[in-house]
Amino acid sequence: MKDANSTRMKVEAGLQRRRRKERVFQLIGLLATAVGIVFLGVFFFSLIKQGASAFEQTHVRLDVEMSSEALAPDGELDLIYADFDGVIRSALRNLFPDVTGRGDRRELNQLVSIAAGYQVRDMLVEDPDLLGGKATIWVPTSANVDMLVKGKIDPGIDEAMRPVSNQQIRWVDQLETEGRIETRFNTALFTNGDSREPELAGIKGALMGSVYMLLVTVALAFPIGVAAAIYLEEFAPKNRWADLIEVNINNLAAVPSIVFGLLGLAVFINWMGLPRSAPLVGGLVLSLLTLPVIIIASRAAIQAVPPSIRQAAFGLGASRMQVVFHHIMPLALPGMLTGTIIGMSRALGESAPLLMIGMVAFIVDVPGGFTDPATALPVQVFLWADSPERAFAERTSAAIIVLLGFLLLMNLTAVIIRKRMERKW
Amino acid sequence: MQNTTLILLLGAMAVVAFYFGRSRSLALVGGASKSAALHSLPGYYGYFTVVWCLLPALALMLLWLLFEPRLVVAFVVSGLPDAERQMTGGELNLLVNNIQNLASGDAVSGEVDSVLRAAADRYNEISQWSRRLLAVLVLGIAGLGATYAWRRIQPDLRARNRVEQVILYLLVAASSIAILTTVGIVLSVLFEAIRFFQKVPLTEFLFGLNWSPQTAIRADQVGSSGSFGAVPLFTGTLLITAIAMSVAVPIGLMTAIYLAEYSSARMRAIAKPLLEILAGIPTVVYGFFAALTVAPWVRRAGEGLGFEVASESALAAGLVMGIMIIPLVSSLADDAIHAVPSAMRDGALGLGSTRSETMTKVILPAALPGIVGGVLLAVSRAIGETMIVVMAAGLAANLTANPFEAVTTVTVQIVTLLVGDQEFDSAKTLAAFALGLMLFLVTLCLNILGLRFVRKYREQYD
Repeated sequence: MKDANSTRMKVEAGLQRRRRKERVFQLIGLLATAVGIVFLGVFFFSLIKQGASAFEQTHVRLDVEMSSEALAPDGELDLIYADFDGVIRSALRNLFPDVTGRGDRRELNQLVSIAAGYQVRDMLVEDPDLLGGKATIWVPTSANVDMLVKGKIDPGIDEAMRPVSNQQIRWVDQLETEGRIETRFNTALFTNGDSREPELAGIKGALMGSVYMLLVTVALAFPIGVAAAIYLEEFAPKNRWADLIEVNINNLAAVPSIVFGLLGLAVFINWMGLPRSAPLVGGLVLSLLTLPVIIIASRAAIQAVPPSIRQAAFGLGASRMQVVFHHIMPLALPGMLTGTIIGMSRALGESAPLLMIGMVAFIVDVPGGFTDPATALPVQVFLWADSPERAFAERTSAAIIVLLGFLLLMNLTAVIIRKRMERKW
Repeated sequence: MQNTTLILLLGAMAVVAFYFGRSRSLALVGGASKSAALHSLPGYYGYFTVVWCLLPALALMLLWLLFEPRLVVAFVVSGLPDAERQMTGGELNLLVNNIQNLASGDAVSGEVDSVLRAAADRYNEISQWSRRLLAVLVLGIAGLGATYAWRRIQPDLRARNRVEQVILYLLVAASSIAILTTVGIVLSVLFEAIRFFQKVPLTEFLFGLNWSPQTAIRADQVGSSGSFGAVPLFTGTLLITAIAMSVAVPIGLMTAIYLAEYSSARMRAIAKPLLEILAGIPTVVYGFFAALTVAPWVRRAGEGLGFEVASESALAAGLVMGIMIIPLVSSLADDAIHAVPSAMRDGALGLGSTRSETMTKVILPAALPGIVGGVLLAVSRAIGETMIVVMAAGLAANLTANPFEAVTTVTVQIVTLLVGDQEFDSAKTLAAFALGLMLFLVTLCLNILGLRFVRKYREQYD
């Protein structure tokens, strides 16, 4: 009796310490869980805070005179050589008649984006009758003025430290009080290709590049992946070869993506002679990259089909192919589609292998086909993140928001397909 | 004729072939009501005809497209005047490039003389001729194949078995693409790496302490002898991986423990998808965040504590990479914890141990092999991660263990060596493939080991 009591006392003496340890352990667990979630919160907050303003662009209202003397001195409008920028310059000069020095005038002209001249040209192309008349137009400001108006450049710091001078700030203030400055939706971001000028740069080229690439990827990876999964699950003899393929697929799923880029460079570009920077090559590389994901998901989907279906079909005299293609495939299809969409979303976010096959070039034109030079959305993020201009930092965040939006959409589709079409047995 | 038009035409022919094959099988036995006299269902006779129509034609088309460009160039070169045919490989390449550019109407370097013009015309002529021949041959073979199959259709033809055999071959081909990919990776990386090791000895690469891949363009240039000692890259990779692991392993493991043992079902339902979002964010986005937000923050914090911090410190890249890997570790650890039979857990609790004691003294030791396997997979992921380090880590190969200094990694060097203009026989470009080979081998070993651990011990308790 005495012994039992002493054991009990020993246990009770340590109880408080043990309970305290228990609470500390639980707290550590809670904190660890919180780290990931807090990071996610901080990340999205900073992303939206930085990127939201890029969806708007500052515009300035100018009264332009499209005088025939300036634009068409020979009586005819020459679309290539006509001085459209001159029209904008003189409109600015009319607003600030007291600016005279050469340097000052240059600073004044820097307020407006070079896109303004193109805008005048496009107006004249559309309606040639405007020549010789006057018009009031809203044109985009330069990226620096845009940053200033959005409050991303602090006018309080030393003049040498910021990209806009004191008198430019004064002019912008004056324009603002005259109601000539307005922020509008940044359409250029969605309709333009890449550009060295932030206010002209858009993601359309990169987006189209990604679309072409994903088309190639889905056209190759889905049928091949599903076919491979069917073979491995339904037909492969259980021997060493099947084991080898199995180990292989699991390994390929974990091979660093950059290695696939090396493969693409050596095989598709150097050996087969396919064009560099082309969405076709990117799509080929990405389909090899997503193939393991699709195969693994499809096999799981096939395994989830209950054996009774198979046995019933066999019992009615169906051949193996008929069992698979008429009965198992339709039931496993939602799972296969979900796996494919998840593979595609991985392919959409992938950029390292694309760097290897030359899809990092600076490409202004929006690609129109599978062999045109192109970049992809994540690579565009990479390119812009490297640019020193502040306005590009903002646009990088905006491009990331668009990219994440697409990923979210794809994953939501996958979840909906899973919820809607998957059966419980 | 465009390839897409050709493929569309082939598709149309396949539809027609299906219809004819099917109707012939029915006609032979005298109408749909008597289809039981056929060996297979009527549709299979249609597919049989389609197979004969498409497969030979597509095979020919693929071969043609693979070899056509080279053959056309060879024809054009053989038609050049003698002076041009005597040129060396590089000059000839340039000339061929110019001919191709001129033929497609692009800008040409140098003068366009009559020889070039004639060659370009010839090039256009031959390619056009080749296109026409291809179209005729492909459509002809498709028609011949379909007719042959159509004539062979008899009521006792085992059409279903033949079609199924072809499908089986296609399935086998699809599944061997996975093998082909691995073989392709190994061969492409290995060949270039062997060429590299012919220029730079293997021992220098593996044990050299100095990495500066800039090779001299002119022989008398200063300071660009090019040295390829990869040890600083390996240590840099290890340093960043170690930082990432020291973030990801404890946090991932504790997250898995908390979600498996302590949290309410509701919290689990919220926290798990949130952590999965973390795994779904593209790495380039992490890289942007590391370079623009975390790196300056680390720098300020470090300087506040009196350290000298490089703006591209290993710490910033490692921290963000660690966050990225948390979901991987936590989901694999979760699997390992759930694989431990509940009898062990119940037994420990029944003996009076607290939940944390059950976890640390019973469940974790039992789940350890699975967790170790998961960590190995995470290490392989960290070693192969590219975008975060390309954007947030440095380029200079420093041999240091100080997390506040800038280091470079294997993947960063592969990217910097291969992005931009390159010639394919310089040691600089080939070095990237040697690094790729190292990367592939190391991650392969880690993956095989990790997967084996994960699988073996998951099964043991089943």
